[in-house]
Amino acid sequence: MKKEEVNFGKSDQFNLTMIPGKFAKAMRTNIIWQFIRFIVINIKMLIVVSKSH
Amino acid sequence: MARLVVLGGGVSGHTAATFAAKWLGSAHEVVVVTPNSKWNWIPSNIWVGVGEMSKEDVTFDLAPVYAKAGINYKQAKAVSINPEGSGTNDKPFVTIEYTLEGREGDSEVVEYDYLINATGPKLNFGATPGLGEGSNLGEHTVSVCTADHAIHANEEFQKTIETMKNGERQKFLIGTGHGMCTCQGAAFEYIFNIEHELTRAGVRDMADIKWISNESFLGDFGMGGLHMKVGGYAVSSKLFAESLFAERNVDWIIGAHVNKVESGKVHYELLDGSFGEEEFDFSMLIPPFAGVGLKAYSKDGSDITDTIFAPNGFLKVDANYAAGAYENWKASDWPETYQNPTYDNIFACGIAFAPPHPISKPMSSPNGTPITPTPPRTGMPSGIIGKAVAHSICDRITKGENAPLHKASMADMGAACVASAGKGLFDGTAAAMTVYPVVPDYEKYPGTGRDTDYTFGEIGLAGHWIKHILHHLFIWKAKLKFGWTKIPE
Repeated sequence: MKKEEVNFGKSDQFNLTMIPGKFAKAMRTNIIWQFIRFIVINIKMLIVVSKSH
Repeated sequence: MARLVVLGGGVSGHTAATFAAKWLGSAHEVVVVTPNSKWNWIPSNIWVGVGEMSKEDVTFDLAPVYAKAGINYKQAKAVSINPEGSGTNDKPFVTIEYTLEGREGDSEVVEYDYLINATGPKLNFGATPGLGEGSNLGEHTVSVCTADHAIHANEEFQKTIETMKNGERQKFLIGTGHGMCTCQGAAFEYIFNIEHELTRAGVRDMADIKWISNESFLGDFGMGGLHMKVGGYAVSSKLFAESLFAERNVDWIIGAHVNKVESGKVHYELLDGSFGEEEFDFSMLIPPFAGVGLKAYSKDGSDITDTIFAPNGFLKVDANYAAGAYENWKASDWPETYQNPTYDNIFACGIAFAPPHPISKPMSSPNGTPITPTPPRTGMPSGIIGKAVAHSICDRITKGENAPLHKASMADMGAACVASAGKGLFDGTAAAMTVYPVVPDYEKYPGTGRDTDYTFGEIGLAGHWIKHILHHLFIWKAKLKFGWTKIPE
């Protein structure tokens, strides 16, 4: 069984949701990708801040 | 010389007082009345609660900062407001009681020209039997609402790790301790820090972790949930949250009003009217919030508390408190100027203002028990509102009583929330979420009530780095260090 499939069987509630696979989880800690996301999230947050003042 | 008195020195009060002091200069006086000697960056209490930070990392002494800003600081708690003065004093005033060491219990009258109520909440542990009435700490459970609470939480948490290392399974129950709680975000962040630390300690397989909350669905967060763009889809925060819980093997009970806490057990009622019990070895339950219990008196001494304050103890402002049923709610119900409708020189900001109604759809069990998150008013909105209120008052002092008031409606304001798990720069992750606006506006955004270009959430290191930066940035700002006015709220 793939790692992401293990928790589906642990509860009915878990079975009705989505669980990230190997690639999605790897991207969460991929330094290059996360640096890009860091820039993007910061820009979006700054826009939200500027719209809020 | 005009005098502005600010009650409270938390995120909102501190922002209001420091900006007012800067804008007014030495020509006018700013007084801060707060019972605390330290300022606390509350979002980082979560890290104190798992032993990743100390109290010193998240707090600093207020006295030197206020001395530097030229603010008259009184370490005391406000007891009552006389907005019309009294029989012997024509000026409005507040009565305060000192908490400063050496002056405990001393009473003083502080006159004001303008008053900001930014007291924050009373942590209403007493609302749920056994949650900690009188102790202000949690009787059988722990809390992360203050730095001291978080230290206590960590002490108890470390004991459970030792117990698991000795081969005994432990049950963790994290969430809200009453049907009318807010601040689900703090509990949400804490549960994933607990999960992260247990994994790091090598005892995750010995732990059963469960979430319990008054949200009608996972991911409500007291804002009725939100829709965000993920992977090309516009998805509900319900899917986002459920996915995270399932991935981390954290079970959940939702729509729950915790009605009693005993040693090692909570009793709860669900939205379907059923009752249940849940055992725990370690539990962190957020208490509900209430106003701090300020009284108000007219010139002749009669009690006018009900005129100024809503029944929950928060100050009435320019909100529409007669919106009625959920179907009638509008974004315009939410206050813009935070001015008290009866006394135009009294304002409120942060948690201290009375919201017109919840943001989440109101729910109750068939037994008539209301189980609805109350609206969040912490963090970014608190700071923005504090600054807007300070701006309004400064304009009225310097430009005249008819100067227009500044507006900062939560229906026209966004909020950023970063729920971080772990503290290491490369082994932690975070769910970074931004919502715009906080209060959905279905007239402006007919689909989801919010702008989905700026309402988003994702999990990863990037959010975790942002959390670290925000921690240092906001403490820098609150200490009024170089460039503090340039750092946004």
